[in-house]
Amino acid sequence: MSELTLVQAVNRGLQQAMRADPDVVLLGEDIGVNGGVFRATEGLQKEFGADRVIDTPLSETGIVGTAIGMALYGLKPVPEIQFQDFIYPAFDQIVSELAKFRYRSGGQYPCHVVLRAPYGGGIKGGLYHSQSAEAYFAHTSGLKVVIPSTPADAKGLLLSAIHDEDPVLFFEPKRIYRAVTGEVPDGDVRVPIGTASIVRDGTDVSLFAYGAMIPPTLKAAESLESEGISAEVIDLRTLSPLDEKAVLTSVEKTGRAVIVHEAPRFCGYGAELAAILAEKAFFSLKAPIQRVTGWDTPFPYALEHLYLPNAERIVHAARSTARAG
Amino acid sequence: MAEASTTPEASPRTPAEDLSPDQLRAAYRLMVLARSVDERCLALQRQGRIGFYAPLQGQEAAQVGCAWALRPEDWIFPAYREIAVALVRGVPLQAIIDQFYGNAEDEVKGRQMPNHFGYRQFRFVTASSPVGTQITQAVGTAMAAKMRKEPIVTISFFGDGTTSSNDFHAGLNFAGVFQAPSIFFIQNNQWAISLPRERQTRSATLAEKAQAYGIAGVVVDGMDLSAVYRVVREARERALSGGGPTLIEAQVYRLGPHSTSDDPKRYRTEAELAEWKGRDPIARMKQQLLSSGDLTEAQDQEYWGEAREQLASVIKHAESVPPVAPSTLFEDLFARPTPALEEQRAELERLLSEGVVKP
Repeated sequence: MSELTLVQAVNRGLQQAMRADPDVVLLGEDIGVNGGVFRATEGLQKEFGADRVIDTPLSETGIVGTAIGMALYGLKPVPEIQFQDFIYPAFDQIVSELAKFRYRSGGQYPCHVVLRAPYGGGIKGGLYHSQSAEAYFAHTSGLKVVIPSTPADAKGLLLSAIHDEDPVLFFEPKRIYRAVTGEVPDGDVRVPIGTASIVRDGTDVSLFAYGAMIPPTLKAAESLESEGISAEVIDLRTLSPLDEKAVLTSVEKTGRAVIVHEAPRFCGYGAELAAILAEKAFFSLKAPIQRVTGWDTPFPYALEHLYLPNAERIVHAARSTARAG
Repeated sequence: MAEASTTPEASPRTPAEDLSPDQLRAAYRLMVLARSVDERCLALQRQGRIGFYAPLQGQEAAQVGCAWALRPEDWIFPAYREIAVALVRGVPLQAIIDQFYGNAEDEVKGRQMPNHFGYRQFRFVTASSPVGTQITQAVGTAMAAKMRKEPIVTISFFGDGTTSSNDFHAGLNFAGVFQAPSIFFIQNNQWAISLPRERQTRSATLAEKAQAYGIAGVVVDGMDLSAVYRVVREARERALSGGGPTLIEAQVYRLGPHSTSDDPKRYRTEAELAEWKGRDPIARMKQQLLSSGDLTEAQDQEYWGEAREQLASVIKHAESVPPVAPSTLFEDLFARPTPALEEQRAELERLLSEGVVKP
């Protein structure tokens, strides 16, 4: 066990995978000599060489396109997009190519790329260093979308992603890259993709969240407890494929659901969760589902504290759900 | 998939400097086959027997000459017009026609429109419709091969319009920076659907764009098979000897429409078409082989005849094969289907068994 921050755990996960398998290569902007702008790849070029930790020209479509070519050949590329906000030039490569290669070739060409990108707000990054764009990719069939919230999950899920056979988008909550430390198992200890985690048991209301929304959601659950409301907190960890069983089981128990994410509400990931609950847990629900999300605006700079869901907003929503019905 | 009869004979590691008379005749025979596929498939589409077709007429010499200069271990990243390239590579005509029909024997399981085929065993990567995406991918594969020290090249095929795309820039730039053993083969057929070549770029040639990336750029007469063969062969040698990538502009002409959904009369003149028809690569190659005594009129007739027969037979077979099974709709998205996909597969089966939708 080691006591690590989330970004250190990402680094250890990459190191572990690269030591075990010479086919694992990293590529991206400023990831080599500089160790990444968030230091996620610190020290890796020194250990594995410039052939395996590749500083690329400044082009996201170039990074993802070449990573796809490497994967077709049999390497296991782990490209980094410096900020998720800059992923859009690679959208065509991700959505038209990466997600569809296996399918469009009738299974001839698996395309195993693990695309890492820090996402989310709360770092005074304004419109273009704060976005939470997971819904675009969760909507795209053929991609797996993973978002860890703890150091142990960051390493364990990243190792699972690198050992997967399908394309995985691995979005890292940069706001909590260094906010907390946690015990992380040494070695090749994996956390399976496609399983949610119940981080707090409860009986009155289910709070669903992921990534950087887990800390305020846990804080909200504590505060609700002092009011006599027992909240269950589910960390989804994998958005696609969703651990639907965990979601339904929780709501069948509590009958009430609050969904938290920092992305805008309209067509956000919460819309899908709410639809699944309406379709499959309708008769367990005792009150309308609530969503606590970013607003349907771009991510603001000066007013980011009003944009990001916090514990108070989550408590407010959970309270009204608990009182309803 | 059956071994093809059209594969170029086993050649030394580096293709010979010039094609022998026998090879030229074999290349011409493939050009005749490609042209015959074109004519037949345009008709099949008009008859409603296949859904779509994108012809390659006018580009046969460029495609066959280029593919002939490659080795079977080189990776091909096609666009959606590279039928002659696939034939040179040895892809059986039956496999190509099965793809056009999207039948149960189609290698890509009926998932894509005609022309979007791919055959892993021939290192012929499955095509997509967005233009240019294959360029950066080909560079990535070349970088990987270089890393593993495998002496192969990758080649991407695309048209004049694609030189305006993001991935053209990104791909050439990455290839230059990393000295990737990759060849970029533009078939400048003068038209990107309705837009003429000069509306894509102010550059005098497309090949000169190579200069800005610090890589080699070559213009070649794409109607001349031997000339194309030579420049591709040289580009391959350059890539493998550490000389870096090459951008090749083969100047050709799209004698047909962009696709069966296109009517070129709306944007180009009959006079222009007539002028280029006078430079038809097939007529030119035939004339060349006749005058050198390497082809007789009788052989030529034989080639057209055998192409017709071969096509009739593969089309007959393709039409006798049942369509892809409905359950295949959910295959190959992931290595193993997710619970949600299994659920949807069951839902479709229910709808089919209840007669709500017809197979």
